[in-house]
Amino acid sequence: MDPESLLARWLARQLPVEAGNWLLAQRDRLRAGVAERDFNLAVSWVPRRLGRADLLLDAADLAAAEAARPGWDPRGWSLDQAGRVLLLLAGGGGGADFARRLRGLLATADLAETIAFLRGLPLYPDPDLHRMRAREGVRSAMTPFFEAVAHANPYPAEQFDEPAWNQMVLKALFIGSPLAPIQGLDRRANATLARMLCDYAHERWSAGRPVSPELWRCVGPFADEAARRDLAQALRHGDAAEQAAARAALDAAPLRAAS
Amino acid sequence: MYIDTHTHMIARTTDDYEAMAAAGVVACIEPAFWLGQPRTSVGSYIDYLSTIVGWERFRAGQFGLRHYCTIGLNSKEANDEELAEAVMDILPRFALKEGVVAIGEIGYDEQTELEDRYFRRQLELAKELSLPVMVHTPHRDKKRGTTRSMDVAEEHGLDPSQVVIDHNNEETVAEVLQRGFWAGFSIYPGTKMGNERMVALVRRYGPERIIVDSACDWGVSDPLAVPKTAELMRRGGIPEAAIRAVTYGNALAAYGQSGQMPETDWLDPPAIDQRTLYMGNSVLRGGQEPRIDAARRRDPDDLTIA
Repeated sequence: MDPESLLARWLARQLPVEAGNWLLAQRDRLRAGVAERDFNLAVSWVPRRLGRADLLLDAADLAAAEAARPGWDPRGWSLDQAGRVLLLLAGGGGGADFARRLRGLLATADLAETIAFLRGLPLYPDPDLHRMRAREGVRSAMTPFFEAVAHANPYPAEQFDEPAWNQMVLKALFIGSPLAPIQGLDRRANATLARMLCDYAHERWSAGRPVSPELWRCVGPFADEAARRDLAQALRHGDAAEQAAARAALDAAPLRAAS
Repeated sequence: MYIDTHTHMIARTTDDYEAMAAAGVVACIEPAFWLGQPRTSVGSYIDYLSTIVGWERFRAGQFGLRHYCTIGLNSKEANDEELAEAVMDILPRFALKEGVVAIGEIGYDEQTELEDRYFRRQLELAKELSLPVMVHTPHRDKKRGTTRSMDVAEEHGLDPSQVVIDHNNEETVAEVLQRGFWAGFSIYPGTKMGNERMVALVRRYGPERIIVDSACDWGVSDPLAVPKTAELMRRGGIPEAAIRAVTYGNALAAYGQSGQMPETDWLDPPAIDQRTLYMGNSVLRGGQEPRIDAARRRDPDDLTIA
């Protein structure tokens, strides 16, 4: 079953009959094609019609999500988020049309809508056309927007080039957002990122500010001599969590080149 | 607990948010207005409306204030027909966003034909979307402009209980109340309403359908006007229930008609808000009064910025 059908099934199951009927009728109407004003109004009506409660999912639903779209993690979605993404998938068309609609919706979106459309990124057709939208999301000064792209989302690891990926990981640390929910964190680790993270650790040390233990996870596999000295510093002076992280990073570090 | 129904927070600083939260303001409404100078394109209007439904709402949440807004084409910019037409096309995209509690602030400035045309079209939009209306009454020729605003709202079939007439004074209030509209008063030094006069008005007319706001913006104005006026009323012997009505309850009743401003937003925020948008410190179960932090005292000798 494709993601759109899954969303429709989950929503119809949980919503009161009237709200569910409204949503499915809108989906059919949007699929058939409506004026731009009606498309936008339909998407805007969603939270008032469906409410904002959590979307209730069990293990089988999550497995179905993974089967429909590897990496798709709908845990923590709300009814209105699911409804908005459903209508966008139904009425968005394809190719450049879809990209234009997504861009238009995001340009006039409120907070909850922005989060919904960004969480929907892995479900959209022609994923490479939406890279700018994802980049805008992680560039945002609003942590929930950043996390809608960066966390529990396969899109960045699949679509971001190395500079974009590295900026996203570093920014997560910078704004105090955890790294663990970033999909593909170990697979996309690279030497440049390791160097950027060590520089960042030095800045934090100089300012007398704490360093997140998560920082060292992306350093280990690419640790050069300088990075090893930083890890040793973290081992000596960090708290228990930082020491454990530094030890794990040293374990993951490549063997020293013979000199 | 206070609600300030008229605040242009995009022009205010984080110090203001902190002071408002400390003084007990739990929610504020940002009416769409001009920027002090005319916009030259619909693009800047789109970005402005995006800001008040997005970034500003988020920013307020970081200080424990709930932020709502009204969407509309203001009377000054209604006089630029090309801009006004383009804005009318995009208003429906914003009018149903979360936290939009009314179409506003709309009405008259110089009472021109174009102002009249777009006021009427926006009243129709409010009716189509079942939203309340916030009416800006003109500074010049105020009494006539206020009467005319109510005439036109009635002509378009709006129920007075759905319409807030703002920026009232001693000359306009009697008719507004008599006709069944909500009467807003902006405590704004020099031009609109002073708060000692406000105390006298509440004493004379009672609290029913009266709403006190600050209209704080980029000019010399006071984001604490509502709590200060409440305190002045207290010292003037106005009963506590009346103070609560004009600084909280009436605002909630009027703009709550949108369905977008339930009291639970600040008394008992949904988990999804706490996770994402709102860093409130007033989260209590069971409808108790939220904890109001004592005003942050600034020690003039503390020069440290960590």
